[in-house]
Amino acid sequence: MLLYALRRLIYLVPVAFGVSLLVFALVHLAPGDPISAIVPPDAPKEVVDKLKEYYGFDKPLPVQYGRWLLVTLSGDFGTSIGTGRPVAQEVGSAFGNTIILAIAACLLAFSLAVVLGTAAAYAKSRMVDRLVTSISLVGVSVPHFWLAIVLVIVFSVELGMLPPMGIGPENATGWRLDWPHIQHMILPTIALSVIPLGVMTRTVRSTIKEILSLEFVTALQAKGMNDRQILFHVLKNAAPVCLAVMGLQAGNLIGGSILIETVFAWPGTGFLLNSAIFRRDLPILQGTTLVLAFFFMVLNLTVDVIQTMVDPRIKRG
Amino acid sequence: MFKSFRLAVAAGLLAATATPAFAQGTLRIGMTAADIPQTTGQPDQGFEGFRFAGYTIYDALVNWDLSKADAIADIKPGLATEWSAVEGDGKRWIFKLRQGVKFHDGTDFDADVVVWNLDKILNDKSPQFDPKQAAQARGRVPTLVGWKAIDKHTVELTTRVVNSLFPYDMSYIFYSSPAQWEKLGKDWVKVGLQPVGTGPFKVDRVVPRERLELSRFDGYWDKARVPKLDKVLLFPMPEAATRTAALLAGQVDWIEVPAPDAVPRLKQGGMSIVTNKYPHNWAYQPSMVEGSPWTDIRVRKAANLAIDRAGLNKLLGGLMIESKGHVYPGHPWFGTPAFDIKYDPAAAKKLLAEAGYSATKKPKIKIAISTSGSGQMLPLPMNEYVQENLNAVGFDTSFEVMEWNALVNFSFQPVTGENAKKAGVNGINISRATVDPYSAFMRLYHGDYVPPRGANWGMLKDPKLDALINTAHTSFDRTEQTKALADVHTYIVDQAYWVYIAYDLNPRAMSPKVKGFVQAQSWFQDLTPVTVQ
Repeated sequence: MLLYALRRLIYLVPVAFGVSLLVFALVHLAPGDPISAIVPPDAPKEVVDKLKEYYGFDKPLPVQYGRWLLVTLSGDFGTSIGTGRPVAQEVGSAFGNTIILAIAACLLAFSLAVVLGTAAAYAKSRMVDRLVTSISLVGVSVPHFWLAIVLVIVFSVELGMLPPMGIGPENATGWRLDWPHIQHMILPTIALSVIPLGVMTRTVRSTIKEILSLEFVTALQAKGMNDRQILFHVLKNAAPVCLAVMGLQAGNLIGGSILIETVFAWPGTGFLLNSAIFRRDLPILQGTTLVLAFFFMVLNLTVDVIQTMVDPRIKRG
Repeated sequence: MFKSFRLAVAAGLLAATATPAFAQGTLRIGMTAADIPQTTGQPDQGFEGFRFAGYTIYDALVNWDLSKADAIADIKPGLATEWSAVEGDGKRWIFKLRQGVKFHDGTDFDADVVVWNLDKILNDKSPQFDPKQAAQARGRVPTLVGWKAIDKHTVELTTRVVNSLFPYDMSYIFYSSPAQWEKLGKDWVKVGLQPVGTGPFKVDRVVPRERLELSRFDGYWDKARVPKLDKVLLFPMPEAATRTAALLAGQVDWIEVPAPDAVPRLKQGGMSIVTNKYPHNWAYQPSMVEGSPWTDIRVRKAANLAIDRAGLNKLLGGLMIESKGHVYPGHPWFGTPAFDIKYDPAAAKKLLAEAGYSATKKPKIKIAISTSGSGQMLPLPMNEYVQENLNAVGFDTSFEVMEWNALVNFSFQPVTGENAKKAGVNGINISRATVDPYSAFMRLYHGDYVPPRGANWGMLKDPKLDALINTAHTSFDRTEQTKALADVHTYIVDQAYWVYIAYDLNPRAMSPKVKGFVQAQSWFQDLTPVTVQ
């Protein structure tokens, strides 16, 4: 197992290199000039040129990439053009805020999905199955930014129950585990959990249904096991497939929260990326995208390792 | 026992869910910016940055009088009490500095501070040179080339050319505390988190991407402008729906630029929509190079007469003023143009016919427009509306649509540049701030100010107009200056040099708790008289 994990870790190196190249190329392919974005529209050309030189944008792209790779390997990531602050610091604080939201959304979505999906698979009544299928269909189909705005209108504007934006009360800094901060999390967590809830519910339902039709379940029943004991075996067998999908969904939550974070003014990586896109803050764009891509890779690796642990039948290498 | 437990739980829940109670006098503002503007001295994020992280924390030598709603904001003494060009040498200026001014850290403001700050943005050999502040400031003082202290309270500034309107330029340069920079290890990034200026508000806390906290500076030099508020909290909220919800939910007291379609809901929620005209211009800047249909004055006049501005205003929910020129009527520089810009499609058709156009030979115009952007209002529906109007009188109108930043980049090359040629455009739609004479006329209309030097994108070259602008920039008497600027405006409207369409109304929405705000006819606003009840 350790050897397998180590080998997978080594495989990450060329993938990471490829990802860094792709991130750099995509960011530089986008129209717009990073320096022109931060100077007033009629700034003198010599100022723009001087700034290009200062930030190294006057060099050929391969040289820029090499320099960026060097600072990135040293864990520095460079300096934000927009704020002048170190990219590592900017991305670090934003990433922490995004993780908080993603964990909450994962917990909500995955636990509900397991309950609903299992209930639908086991349901004798077609009504329950149809209800759960409808919920998952809505979850997959509804645009989450639209849902976010609807949630804000209903729960913040009309009912005045929950705050519509921000990470916490006005007089607090950062996130803390207390009720005022949790209040700020509720709406973004619900909005963010809708898609993974839909996807996971469908996955859990279909996987369990498939397992229930297998012969070993009949064998377990013949052995005289009760429903709870059989459920345990079914869930264990469904786990590898569900874990793989959960891993992908968790990764999507981390990287795909730009709209939700913007609607709720949640200062995470999505909000940071949004601001960086408008400011053409290339170091921030590159740093954030790279960190998110690495996280996705590590998450996939973790899921693969857990899958192997949960289901020894999965033989690897 | 059980009853008291239930009471305690109820009280706890009530305390937890109640909106935090603020001391009277905390104003919470939702900005359109996606991050806190640069706080080190020279703000970024356009004039919203100047509004909230400029004139609040800092002062310029020349400030803006933002106390009146019924007249265009003009300059007034700030950290300088008086200024004048040296007799017989229009390139040298003497600024007498205000005495007794203290920074928020208690250090003195004097002539050395002025020199230190000008080195900060203009002298890249100085240790305090900050390229980020330089980037924001250098384009604002295009003629400033020399600066020195004469004595503790006097500085001499030198311009490259005679520029009688130079004091306006100095209203954009702010003065940060050299002592704070030294104290924080000469690190501008650290200064950005603990900035120190001389302005009416001092900075309590900067939380990147979350908020900027300001509080009243009791030691402010202008006792009439010591803030009434205890605190101002500024939140970046780039999404208009978020700002609207935050205001309606009581999380902020004031939002910038509500979406026009949210205005009825905001009014229904008891919020007031505050508007006023201000120096903003939403227009088409045409190509004036050979071969462009815009070189014919009849075509330009026809376009100006083809647009149903009242209908456009209806589309925007009344949040615009119909254009009558580059600046609005009632502005001191408006002058007396003979050409009346109005909706007259019959006259427009007649002019096009006179210019030799017909249903089979239409003037082809292609305008570079953006999908959104600072001051662009609602560019897509507005442009589609204008397109319909223009085509109705015989134009063949199309657009080159791009993202805002790409459009700004596009404008850095004149119409003869590679980008414009490739796109085949002969007009550009970038809203312009017409705050001071340089930004209103010189950079946009003068033949010497073709990009990258200025923003005369269409390469308009009219020696008569250049001479009129030069006269304004060399008149040292205020009355003469104003008259010269009015002559410039009269001429450009009579020549219909641009297609003038709309002026924005600078809308902001605020809770009924906000009192005392006077919306000046300016991009900048004064928060010092505001209270929150």
